[in-house]
Amino acid sequence: MHRYIVSRILLTIPTLLGAAALVFVLMRLIPGDICLVRLGSGGTSFSTQALAACHAEIGIDKPWLLQFANFIWGLARGDFGVSMWSGKPVIQEIATRFPVSLEVAVIATLIAISIAIPLGTISALKQNSWIDLLVRTVSIAGIATPAFWLGILSILLVLDVSQAITGHPWMPSIDYVPLWKDPIRNLSIVMLPAITVGYRYAAVSMRMTRSAMLEVLREDYIRTARAKGLLEKIIINRHALKNALLPVVTVIGIEFAFLIGGLVVTEQVFNLNGIGRLMVLAVQNQDYTLTQALVMLVVTIAILTNLVVDLFYAWLDPRIRLS
Amino acid sequence: MKTHRLLITATLGAVFSLPGFADETPKPGGILTYVIAADAPPSFDGHREETYATVHAVSPFYSTLIRINPENPASTTDFVCDLCTEMPQPTDDGKTYTFKIRQGVTFQDGSPLTADDVAASWNEITFPSEGVLSARGSNYRDLIDKIEAPDANTVVFHLKFATTAFLPALADPYAYIYEKKIIDKDPHWYEKNVMGSGPFNFVNYDAGQSIKGVKNPNYYHKGLPYLDGFVGIFAPKEATRVAAIRSDQAAIDFRGLPPSARDELKKNLGDQISVQESDWNCGSNLFFNHKQKPFDDPRVRRALSLSIDRWGGAPALSKIAVVKAVGGIVFPGSPLAATKEELQQMAGFWPDIEKSRAEAKRLLHEAGADNLSFELLNRDVDQPYKYVGIWLVDQWSKIGVKVTQKVLPTGPWFAAMRSGDYSVVHYPLCYSIVNPVLDVQAFVPGSAQNFGYFDDQQETDMYNKLLHESDPQKQHAEMVDFEKYVMETQAHATQVVWWNRIIPYRSYVKGFKISPSHYINQDLATIWLDK
Repeated sequence: MHRYIVSRILLTIPTLLGAAALVFVLMRLIPGDICLVRLGSGGTSFSTQALAACHAEIGIDKPWLLQFANFIWGLARGDFGVSMWSGKPVIQEIATRFPVSLEVAVIATLIAISIAIPLGTISALKQNSWIDLLVRTVSIAGIATPAFWLGILSILLVLDVSQAITGHPWMPSIDYVPLWKDPIRNLSIVMLPAITVGYRYAAVSMRMTRSAMLEVLREDYIRTARAKGLLEKIIINRHALKNALLPVVTVIGIEFAFLIGGLVVTEQVFNLNGIGRLMVLAVQNQDYTLTQALVMLVVTIAILTNLVVDLFYAWLDPRIRLS
Repeated sequence: MKTHRLLITATLGAVFSLPGFADETPKPGGILTYVIAADAPPSFDGHREETYATVHAVSPFYSTLIRINPENPASTTDFVCDLCTEMPQPTDDGKTYTFKIRQGVTFQDGSPLTADDVAASWNEITFPSEGVLSARGSNYRDLIDKIEAPDANTVVFHLKFATTAFLPALADPYAYIYEKKIIDKDPHWYEKNVMGSGPFNFVNYDAGQSIKGVKNPNYYHKGLPYLDGFVGIFAPKEATRVAAIRSDQAAIDFRGLPPSARDELKKNLGDQISVQESDWNCGSNLFFNHKQKPFDDPRVRRALSLSIDRWGGAPALSKIAVVKAVGGIVFPGSPLAATKEELQQMAGFWPDIEKSRAEAKRLLHEAGADNLSFELLNRDVDQPYKYVGIWLVDQWSKIGVKVTQKVLPTGPWFAAMRSGDYSVVHYPLCYSIVNPVLDVQAFVPGSAQNFGYFDDQQETDMYNKLLHESDPQKQHAEMVDFEKYVMETQAHATQVVWWNRIIPYRSYVKGFKISPSHYINQDLATIWLDK
């Protein structure tokens, strides 16, 4: 087991190097210039000297090869450099935003799991009943609804309902406070985006749970368990669900990794200062150092999540041996 | 000119319920929460930044030498002292301005503010140290020869030549006065730190999220500010800002919102929302790439300008987009702007659109460009970029020109202009202080902002003449000639329509007076809450 984990971690090095090279080249292939965005995006005037000074200051006047070597050498030392946009250390920029995205991702995952697994299981057990139809409709709607639309609609709904009831429109604060500073206010801020994201997340997981359960319920060992007179509750919980969870865990893992850096629209709509919003800003501003670091972060999280999912497989199904 | 001034006054005062200013006694206290229509700025250093996000976040913490009168911000010429004691009369044939500095002003750290700090700040803006970026430095270097502080109370600006552009330039809202000993020690310090002598003291900044300030008890304008403090929340998404104002999470967005947001807020909140509107010192311009055929031919460029029905289109566009006033390349509220009568003499601004379009077709035919088709480069920003772009495509179709719109994000949009990879670009320009003599520099060949790729010595000479002109009447005439030359004779570029600033805000916010720029009058000193 330990050898497996170590070898998987070592395998991340070439993956990270490949991702680093890819993002480095891609960012530089995009037409544009961070200094032009910075100096002239408001339409105001600036001089060519100011532009040259800006290039020199952030180091994009240097050859690509030198820039890449600096980037990789920084990575090796755990130094992601400073943001070309703000001049602040990239680590600091990410550290400020990471807890926001992580909190939404964790709550959304909890919401998704608590909805998807019970409803997906019931849907499979009551296949083709009205319950199954309802659950499938809800899940398909969740997959088909764009997150930004759902986000805006949920805000409008909260505003309209609160205005209709109290006469004063209400919505959660748009000024985020950390959980440890003001838990109630924090939860009121993150709950709506977490529900919005969790719904879509639950919809995907629900469908996966249903189809996996349907498949497992037709297996010989389930038939055997029923034949030897085991209680249905035990058959479902101990034998069917545990095995059916294998693909569901994969989906949950992938979705969780996606949520860390992928809440781009949701964070914009709810004015959450998270990793997704930072990523958009970094790409828009052509902030190479920040984009590179964020991509590295997302790649690392995806790799680690996959590792955790693989370890979870072994726990769920003892036939799987990690070696 | 009178027509334009009347129009602006009417726009400012009449359209919506404007809270009375004169008959209300300001109430001290309260915290103002407002939304900043942008992501957090790259830095807090006003000297190096261009974005209004910097101004909206940190102007309340700083003082400037002079400024637009905060009680009359709609004016384009009413400049008053902030840190100086009296607006000076120039000496030395208009080349020297001597400012006396207020006594008893202190920075947030308790250090006294002296003429040395003012001179050091202005020297850093104009002649920045090695490795320091000054966004507007080159503009000032064209005008200013030397800045000195002969004693603790006096700052002297020596100009290279007398020009009417100097005082408005000096009222630049980004020209914060920093502490000399800090700049001397580390000229980059103000990029990441805030420490000024303005109406508010800095409390804290939640990176990328919000900024907080508290009343400066030692503020030198006695009785101000009225507020106990403020919270500025960065909220780049328009829907979020509108929802925040509706739910009273925020009271105001000082940049401006589109007509649909104004109407939505009024519909939902009625009298709880007040609205102020003003012509906006941002203009939607068209630049033609002279290096691409047939845009090297002035007849083609003129024809494209002639086909745009500005007088008919602007009122309709104003219902859905943040545009309204028709004007030339000079802000319509300025004394230097062409009057409506003068404007209507210029091709593209004729009152009879049928006549204009007939002439446009004739010119295209004469230039051998009957079946002209091209791509309009535009920026991927809704208001008003894409609205104006779509309208322009329709306008050009009226003379048989087929145009498609190519919308690019900010970075690639700039890159396309810089590399000359475009035919015609919709390139709005925004200015802070209305200073037409400097503002029209963008249309002069060689300017960093002129992406027309042409040389024109005659235009440069015309510009230099008006830059040095001190007689207001003559300068107005020269400016009108310049506009005619730029937009008609050569049609190097043209103005389409000026923007319209719409500020819907919670009615309990008092003391806010709209200005033609979202960059100016942002220190919040005169704002109070009637709660």
